[in-house]
Amino acid sequence: MSARRVFTRPARLAAIAPYLWMLLFFMVPFGFVLKISLSQTAIAQPPYLPLFDLSQGLAAIKDAAAMLSLDNFRLLASDNLYVLSYFRSLVVAVISTSILLVIGYPIAYGMARLPARWQPFAMVLVIIPFWTSFLIRIYAWINILQHDGLLNKMLLALHLVSTPVVWLSTDSAMYLGIVYSYLPFMILPLYATLALMDPALLEAAADLGAPSWRAFWLITFPLSLPGVGAGILLCFIPIVGEFVTPDLLAGSNALMVGQTLWLEFFTNKDWPVASAAAVVLLILLIPPLLLYDRLQRRQLEGGR
Amino acid sequence: MAGLSRRLSPFNVASLALGLAFLYLPIVILVIYSFNSSRLVTVWGGWSMRWYVEFFNDRAMIEAALMSLKVASVSATLAALLGTLAAIGLSRGDRFNGRTLFSGMLYAPLVMPEVITGLSLLLLFVALNVERGFWTVTAAHTTLTLCFVAVVVQSRLGSVDRSLEEAAMDLGCSPARAFVTVTLPLILPAIAAGWMLAFTLSLDDLVIASFTTGPGSVTLPIRIYSEVRLGVKPEINAICTLIIALIAGLIVIASLASKLTSSRGESAAPL
Repeated sequence: MSARRVFTRPARLAAIAPYLWMLLFFMVPFGFVLKISLSQTAIAQPPYLPLFDLSQGLAAIKDAAAMLSLDNFRLLASDNLYVLSYFRSLVVAVISTSILLVIGYPIAYGMARLPARWQPFAMVLVIIPFWTSFLIRIYAWINILQHDGLLNKMLLALHLVSTPVVWLSTDSAMYLGIVYSYLPFMILPLYATLALMDPALLEAAADLGAPSWRAFWLITFPLSLPGVGAGILLCFIPIVGEFVTPDLLAGSNALMVGQTLWLEFFTNKDWPVASAAAVVLLILLIPPLLLYDRLQRRQLEGGR
Repeated sequence: MAGLSRRLSPFNVASLALGLAFLYLPIVILVIYSFNSSRLVTVWGGWSMRWYVEFFNDRAMIEAALMSLKVASVSATLAALLGTLAAIGLSRGDRFNGRTLFSGMLYAPLVMPEVITGLSLLLLFVALNVERGFWTVTAAHTTLTLCFVAVVVQSRLGSVDRSLEEAAMDLGCSPARAFVTVTLPLILPAIAAGWMLAFTLSLDDLVIASFTTGPGSVTLPIRIYSEVRLGVKPEINAICTLIIALIAGLIVIASLASKLTSSRGESAAPL
């Protein structure tokens, strides 16, 4: 016990470098996002008016404080484009996450029921696509979904349709792409909890006469809830801010917030509005992020 | 031991088969079409290496690929180092000031939308007046990927038997020495896996790189993205196939390596 005590000191020292790194490259940048979101757009390089310049003393800070403006946020709230894109992001995230849960659960359940020898193999099979680039996987779908792509060719050959169907630039293509990209994120945490279940519980239920669907609802599903929660959060949070998939697969008449932010930043060069959009997105995501943080900590540190 | 195994119903088999088919079919189709000799992506014109030759003659694409490999190897190495230190701090540091903040800072980037991370890092670099290019992308990728390394190594550290280390200390090792000689070899496979995960994440990243790069350092995903926006090009199929081959190769090496070390570990375990 005392030996363990002694060890905590070098371990704490080990944490210093990554601690400082993350403070500088993860926490401090949020300060700048907040600051720029309160400043005014300017045609300059960088394209915003400087807010504080500490070298000019207290008076300058007072001037700067007077210049602080919530204009960018007012713009976000008053312009339908932004409000709708936040709304659309949430809707897309809720729908995709539900589809992911419905598709991912049976797969994870099937994996957990495989003979023990095969399970690591099945897990590697699910992980490999996760290691393959998002961009490549979306691109693979463009190959299939385009006007004279494989899907239309197959449908035409089977006489299911008489003219090629438009798949690209539709919401269905976007949902397909998102579900495809995030499926491993849903399967793996579900599998992790299902694989740990004690089969004796189900045997006991069967011995007591419960039909298997009832045993599933009363035992398996409730016990897998931590995995369900982790899977939902792992998918929901990044999907809200998704950019690549909607940009390449969905049409351009409705944007998700990741796309609006990208557009403001790269096309309109309006950094303050882009920053304000990021601040609002972050605020929306704080509750699920906190939940996720708690789950992750419990899982990795045994509820310390 | 293994949870629910033994009763595999037809429904289980079907959902597994369909799920895996869904995950792999698009990738397999992409790989097959990369060997298509026809210029039209959807018309099969026989097997050919033509698009690979085209890729190797495309200077801009090759330069982007080399830049990506450089960014990925440097950032993965930095991330492996920092991530391992972070994992040690988290799992062995017990309580210290700001521990909650520390773990929060390490877990949040795993799910944080990339547009937020990218934008905030860019604003940092602009505020610090750093010229954007190789080092800014590398630092950005290190920040994201060190968190993945930390989680992978931390979960491995959690399963290492601490009594081994305590035994070494009882025999007169200093704590640090006990860690380096006893525990470090045991977590080495996890560090290697973390390095590879960091490498592939960096190789894949489009959004954060787009925000943090400068005109002189275009990475491969940025290049691919601008081509894809203009439409499907067979050359892209070839590049994607090469990337998939590289990543698959790394995964095979990693699983072989972990098999080697784990079988060694198992033979040592009964002691």
